[in-house]
Amino acid sequence: MLGWELPPHNSGGLGVACYHLSKALAQQGASIDFVLPYDAHHPGTEYMTIHAATSLNPIHKFGIMGAYDSKSVAEQDLDKVDMRDLQTMRGVQKRYVTFVERMIKSKKIDVPDAIHAHDWLTMEAGMRAKQLTDAPLIVHVHATEFDRAGSFGSGNPIVHEIEYQGLMMADRIIAVSGITKNIIIHRYGIPADKIEVVHNAIDPSSMGTYDYDGRTYRYLESLRREGYTVVSTVTRFTAQKGLTQLVKGMARACERYDKLVLLLAGDGEQRDELIALTAELGISDKVFFTGFVRGKQWRDAYSVADVFVMSSVSEPFGLTALEAAHYGSALIISKQSGVGEVLKSIMRYDFWDTDKLADQLVGIATSPALSHQLRDDVKREYARLSWHDVARKCMHLYDRMKIGATA
Amino acid sequence: MYALVRPYEDWGDCMSKRGIALYLHVHQPWRVRDYTVFDTAENHDYFGPFSESHRNNKEIFEKVANKSYRPMTKLLKELLDTHPDFKVSLSITGTLLEQAEQWGPDVIDSFKALVDTGRCEIVAETYYHSLAFFYSRSEFEHQVEKHRQKIRDTFGVETSVFRNTELSYDNNLARWADEFGFKGILSEGWDPILGWRSPNYVYKPVGTKNIKLLMKNYRLSDDVAFRFSNRAWEEFPLTADKYDNWVNAALGDDGEVINLFMDFETFGENIWEDTGIFNFFRDFVGRWLANPANTFYTASEACETFEPADEIDTPYTTTWADTERDLSAWLGNGMQHEAMRHLYDLEGDILRTKDEALISDWRRLTTSDHAYYMCTKYFTDGDVHAYFSPYESPYDAFLYFINALRDVRFRLYEHHRHGDL
Repeated sequence: MLGWELPPHNSGGLGVACYHLSKALAQQGASIDFVLPYDAHHPGTEYMTIHAATSLNPIHKFGIMGAYDSKSVAEQDLDKVDMRDLQTMRGVQKRYVTFVERMIKSKKIDVPDAIHAHDWLTMEAGMRAKQLTDAPLIVHVHATEFDRAGSFGSGNPIVHEIEYQGLMMADRIIAVSGITKNIIIHRYGIPADKIEVVHNAIDPSSMGTYDYDGRTYRYLESLRREGYTVVSTVTRFTAQKGLTQLVKGMARACERYDKLVLLLAGDGEQRDELIALTAELGISDKVFFTGFVRGKQWRDAYSVADVFVMSSVSEPFGLTALEAAHYGSALIISKQSGVGEVLKSIMRYDFWDTDKLADQLVGIATSPALSHQLRDDVKREYARLSWHDVARKCMHLYDRMKIGATA
Repeated sequence: MYALVRPYEDWGDCMSKRGIALYLHVHQPWRVRDYTVFDTAENHDYFGPFSESHRNNKEIFEKVANKSYRPMTKLLKELLDTHPDFKVSLSITGTLLEQAEQWGPDVIDSFKALVDTGRCEIVAETYYHSLAFFYSRSEFEHQVEKHRQKIRDTFGVETSVFRNTELSYDNNLARWADEFGFKGILSEGWDPILGWRSPNYVYKPVGTKNIKLLMKNYRLSDDVAFRFSNRAWEEFPLTADKYDNWVNAALGDDGEVINLFMDFETFGENIWEDTGIFNFFRDFVGRWLANPANTFYTASEACETFEPADEIDTPYTTTWADTERDLSAWLGNGMQHEAMRHLYDLEGDILRTKDEALISDWRRLTTSDHAYYMCTKYFTDGDVHAYFSPYESPYDAFLYFINALRDVRFRLYEHHRHGDL
C-alpha cells in the first residue's frame, strides 16, 4: 500500500480513507506493508507494517508541502530531481520511489499480490514497483489535478502527465465516485471498463464517544437559543471548495430570512478573499471564521451546526459530509460532490446555483419538519456505509488480479 | 348478518353471468414547479408554464396523452364496438379534465365517445384527487359536488358509485357515501379486512343501509398493472390465454365478479406499448367473452346485480398503495403531516376571500400527489415512488410546496390588508 499520510498526521480525507481501508483489509486477512513519506508514530495501526521512506518529521509535511500541494511541482522527470533536496515535493517523491525500489530489491518484503497506490503522489512509486515485481498495480484515485484546481484553470500540467501515466499503467483503477470515474474517462481518456467505482465509507465507532461542548461556540449557541439557524462547513479554503458561491448563497438567503448564521471552519489561501466578500455583501456579522480547527473545536463545529453545506466545485467524495451526518446536521451537498451518490436523504444543488442554495437554506431554517426529516433520515442512512464493504470490493479486485488468475 | 346460503327465491341471482368489473382511474396533478422563496410574494404562478421538463405539466400531459389516453381510449372504443358485452368504468379527476381542456380537447372527445355508448360509467371522486376526507368534511363534500358537476357538464351523466383518492376507504367513508346516496363504493380487497372471504363477491359495509362495496382483486389487477412487463417474474410473459385461465380459476364455480381496478395510465404510460400490453388486453377481452357464461359489468351494474355476500368491517383506513395498503406514502412522515396541516388550516380564510383564482390554487395544492412526492419510504417501496416523483428528492418537493403555500398566505394577507375579509 503506497500512501502519503495517515492520521493523526493527515491534512485531509486521504489519510482518513487510507487508515480505514487498510484496517478493514487487514481484518479480512490482508497483510499490508504501508509506505509513508515521513517518519512518525501512528497509534492504532498495529494491524499493518508501516515503512517510513524518509526521516522527515511530519511537521515538514504540513509546513513545506501539504499533501495536496501540487502547484509547486516544476520537474516531471524524476531522474533530474536531486534526491537530497527534501525541501521540494519532487525531492521527497524521488526519495519515496527510491525507497520502494530498495525495499523490493533487498527482498525485505515478499513480492506483493497487489500494489495499491493512492493518488498522483505515489503513482510513480507504484509504476516502479510494478516494473520490478510484475505484481498488478491498482491506482486508487481520491482526487485528480482537475479537482484540486477547482473552477480556475485545470491545474499543473506536470501533475496531469504523472496522473496520465499512472492511470495508463495501472491494471485497475478505483475511483471514489462516479464523478471521479467520469473525469478519468473524459479528461484522461481511460477506457471506462478499467475503472471501478468504490465509494468511501465512515466508521462511526472511530468517531469515539464525545460530549458536545456548547461552550466552544458559545455565541453561536446563544443565537440558536434565539431561533437562529447555524449553517456550517468544515473544509480547506481553496477554490475547489466553492466557498465564494456558498457565501453568495448565504447572502441571498438572508434577503429572505434574517435568522441565519454561517460558520466557516478551516483555513486556506481564500480566507482573506472570503472575509472581504462577506463585507462586500453586507453579511460580515453573520459569517464566522474559526481558522484551522482540530480536536474539540473541529467536532464542535459539526455539532453546533443545524445545516452542513458541502459547496464543492469538484469533490471526488467528501468525507466531511458523512462526519456532519454523524453529528446530526441536515446536509446540503453540491451536485459536483461524489458523496451525494451514496446519500439520498440530502438536498442537492449545482455549486453555481446560489439561488437554489438560498432557497434550501431558508426552507430548512423556516420549516422544522423539513429540518428534522433531513437530520433523522441521513443519520439512519450514513451508518449503513461500511469500510468493510469497501475492503470486500478491494479484496475481490486483488483476487481477480492475482498473477495466474484467469480473468 | 347475511345468510351465506341464500333463500330459495333469490336463486334467480345465481343465473347472473360471471363478470369482470373493470375500473380505470384517470388522473394528472398540477405539479408545483421549482417555486423558490424568491418567487414567494412575487409571482403567484405555482403550476407553470415553466421549463423544468419533469415538472412541466403541459409536456407531461402531452406525453401521457400520446402514450396512453389516445391509444387506450381508441382500444376501449374498439372493444365496445366489437363486443356488446364489454363494459368499463372510469373515474376522471377534475384536474385531468382541466389539463385536457387546455392541451388536448380531443382526449375529452375520446372519453365522451366511450360514455356515449352507454356502457362506460363514470365513477365519482374528489375533483382534486385530495385527502380532504381526512382533514375537512366540508371541503371534501365540496370537492365531491364539484366533481359531480364537472362530470355532468362534460359528459351529461350522473355518477352513482364513489371511490376516494388512492382507493382510501374505511367504515366512516362508507357511511358517508351511503348517506350521500351513492349505490356503491370501491375499496382494496385487502386480506386482513377480508379474512377468509374472497374479493370476488359484492359486499355491504358494516353500519350502512343501501350501499354496496366492490373490493379490488389486487392479485389479478396487479398481474397486469405491475407485473406484466417484469421480465424477472416467473410468469413472464403474461398471455391472454394464461390470464383468462387465472380469472376463471379465481371465480371458481360460484364467484360473482372479479374487480379489476387499476390506473388508466397502466396502459401505455406505466407499461409501454412495445411490451404488447394493448394487444394483450384486446385478446383477453375477446377470450373472456368467447365463453357465453361470462360478461363485463359497470361498477353500478355489479352493485345492482348481486346481493351482498356478507358485511365488511373496515375500522382503519386502507388504500391500494404499497405493501402496507395504508396512507403512509402520503401521510407517513413529518413533512407530509406539516404540509397538509398548514394547507387545511387555511381553508376558512381562503374560502372567505371569494377570490376564485386563490381558491382554485389552494385547492390544486390539496391534490394528494403533492404529499406523495414528499414520501421518504425509499428503502422498501422506494422504486415505485422514485418512478412517480418528478422531483429530485422528497425534500425538494416539500420545499417548493411550502414556498407556494407561503405565497398563498401572502395573498390572504393582501386580502386582509385591503379589507376584503
